[in-house]
Amino acid sequence: MTNNITGAKALIESLKKENVEVIFGYPGGAVLPIYDELFDADIRHILVRHEQAAAHAADGYARATGKTGVCFATSGPGGTNLVTGIATAYMDSVPIVAVTGQVPRSLLGVDAFQEADITGITMPITKHNYLIKKAEDIPRVVKEAFYIASTGRPGPVLIDIPKDVTTDLLDFNYPKEVNLRSYKPVVAVNIEQLKQAASLVTASEKPVIYAGGGIIISHAAEELLRFAELIKAPVTATLMGKGAFPDAHPLSVGMPGMHGTKYANYAIQESDLIIAVGARFDDRVTGKLESFAPSAKIIHIDIDPAEIKKNVRVDVPVVGDAKTVLTKLTSLIKQHQPKTSEWIKRVNKWKKDFPLHYKKNDMIKPQYVVESIYELYPDAIIVTEVGQNQMWAEQYFTYTKPRTFISSGGLGTMGYGFPAAIGAKVGRPDATVIDIAGDGSFQMNSQEIATAVQSEIPVVVAILNNGYLGMVHQWQELFFEERYSSTVIEESVDFVKLAEAYNAVGLRAVKPEEVKPTLKEAVESGKPTIIDFIIDKTENVFPMVPAGAAINEIIDLE
Amino acid sequence: MRHTIAALVENRPGVLTKVSGLFSRRRFNIESLAVGVTERPDVSRITIVVAGDSAVLEQVLKQLNKLIDIIHVTELSPKDSVSRELALIKVVVDSRTRSEVMQIVDVFRAKIIDVATDSLIVEVTGDRSKVAAMEQLLSRFGIKELVRTGDIALHRSSITAEDIAHQGDVN
Repeated sequence: MTNNITGAKALIESLKKENVEVIFGYPGGAVLPIYDELFDADIRHILVRHEQAAAHAADGYARATGKTGVCFATSGPGGTNLVTGIATAYMDSVPIVAVTGQVPRSLLGVDAFQEADITGITMPITKHNYLIKKAEDIPRVVKEAFYIASTGRPGPVLIDIPKDVTTDLLDFNYPKEVNLRSYKPVVAVNIEQLKQAASLVTASEKPVIYAGGGIIISHAAEELLRFAELIKAPVTATLMGKGAFPDAHPLSVGMPGMHGTKYANYAIQESDLIIAVGARFDDRVTGKLESFAPSAKIIHIDIDPAEIKKNVRVDVPVVGDAKTVLTKLTSLIKQHQPKTSEWIKRVNKWKKDFPLHYKKNDMIKPQYVVESIYELYPDAIIVTEVGQNQMWAEQYFTYTKPRTFISSGGLGTMGYGFPAAIGAKVGRPDATVIDIAGDGSFQMNSQEIATAVQSEIPVVVAILNNGYLGMVHQWQELFFEERYSSTVIEESVDFVKLAEAYNAVGLRAVKPEEVKPTLKEAVESGKPTIIDFIIDKTENVFPMVPAGAAINEIIDLE
Repeated sequence: MRHTIAALVENRPGVLTKVSGLFSRRRFNIESLAVGVTERPDVSRITIVVAGDSAVLEQVLKQLNKLIDIIHVTELSPKDSVSRELALIKVVVDSRTRSEVMQIVDVFRAKIIDVATDSLIVEVTGDRSKVAAMEQLLSRFGIKELVRTGDIALHRSSITAEDIAHQGDVN
């Protein structure tokens, strides 16, 4: 116990107790006392150039490391600028703790300068949030916030602290444990449900394992591999589940859904059993719900009971942590002799007949850039923006390990990738971190080049530059009679000069043979580097399930 | 289909907003919502009547359970619980109709709690159908204003907010 310290000091001490090593943030009036304490503290602070980037960087750090990310912002606009980042983390179940300053208690509710009701604003996009009214609550609230953010189904927690609370004095005593009667994230797995699941699994001749981000969160990749190999079922990993199962494994069928592989979608549609683990039957996965997996029974394993039966009918629900459930399920059926050899043959035939493919020409193809990144840096952490770049990054890199593909799946936040890459690199300094970007998305947070340069965070941004807001442009081409409303942004910015203006490295490649040397130069520079890959503008993302169609009604490049 | 849900929640600022916000953003239909203190000062009870099939009910219960400030949520089935609603009805009367209205009030074991020259305020307590019947009977005299509390309900068994708060049981 330390007597008579300020609320600001108590906050920093509490963060140290939570082993926080880095904070992404931006100072301001309401957080002056906190930043004053941070000045002497043994915690790294990365100054971003826009608070949105602080939230995304904390998120990227969390996804790359598995730890809880932390971001700071001031009251009012500082907090509202965090909102997109918090919502992104919420949709993808990422543990972050956001601390915002607030106007002094006496000014709450009077529309004071830089006042915004940030707990009200973030209520639907946080797992929980707090407005601290008394300095002595700070240690308990921080303890609870980290606990809530990182346990059960993880998610963002926001702590709003009025300025005068940070200057009030308290006796500091960090609680040893959390005492929340209303939050019990650990649930015992129901053995009856497990047995039912086991009997469906052993009876199935055409099973498909549908693996989501829950596998990665729960560190269950090994258990998934063992389970899949035992029951000999094809595995389709979602965008959030990339890296949960090795792409190159013979049982892998790639991603399901809108831009999934044909063979994953065909397998789902013909299967007699879907085993969903840590996935939530998002509309981008299921397509038209009424036509989804028409002959399949469904086992849904998820830690969040509210996900079960939210979108699809479920035959056997199993509430629990993916790792625990897969371990128990595997041991229940370990004598099992799978009857799936015909099925695997059929799936393999689809894999052979309908591979991902594109046509080469004398221009740089975006898919080739992604393949080249894999050839040169197979162990890299790939971060993406949102749109065509994201889908190509998913399709043409071979992921083998969890936490190597970082992307905004649920919210689909353009501008996420670059700051998230900065966060990932801070958390995993030994890894090569490459943000695969589009020219549109990158411009949403390009100011963060300054952050990367000032804090010496050598991430590489590979811009797949087609001069379009590509994914929307693609939809306009296919479904809006080529009426390209506000999606053409050609020659609006010189990315090489932009990088150089920030004292980062700017490179450009226009021919296919320049791709690999440019990538090498970027990574070997050891500095934040922006590469402008001028790609074939006619290239689109295929295959593709049109909105509202069943997932086997999938169109492809002829 | 109508369901009555009882939620024991932490008695803290913002909890009601969290509950009502959840209902609106997830497109659940609230028919009525009543909130008040319990025998424990740190626990409030929210009684919510929702419309929807059993799948909707299941989602409502699960989503409510996810809110950190919610201690316990349960459906109160009509069989295992009692529910009451209170309504205040301001009825138009004149010297000719006043006694007839008072007779109806008597039959319903309701009360007249305010008398003015041209109106009466009737207090009626009962289940939803009783309140509705009363409203219908009085409507031909002319209802000037009406307010209903929405249902409040309790399980017939002996479980109390105290027990649940001590257990810290959530599911």
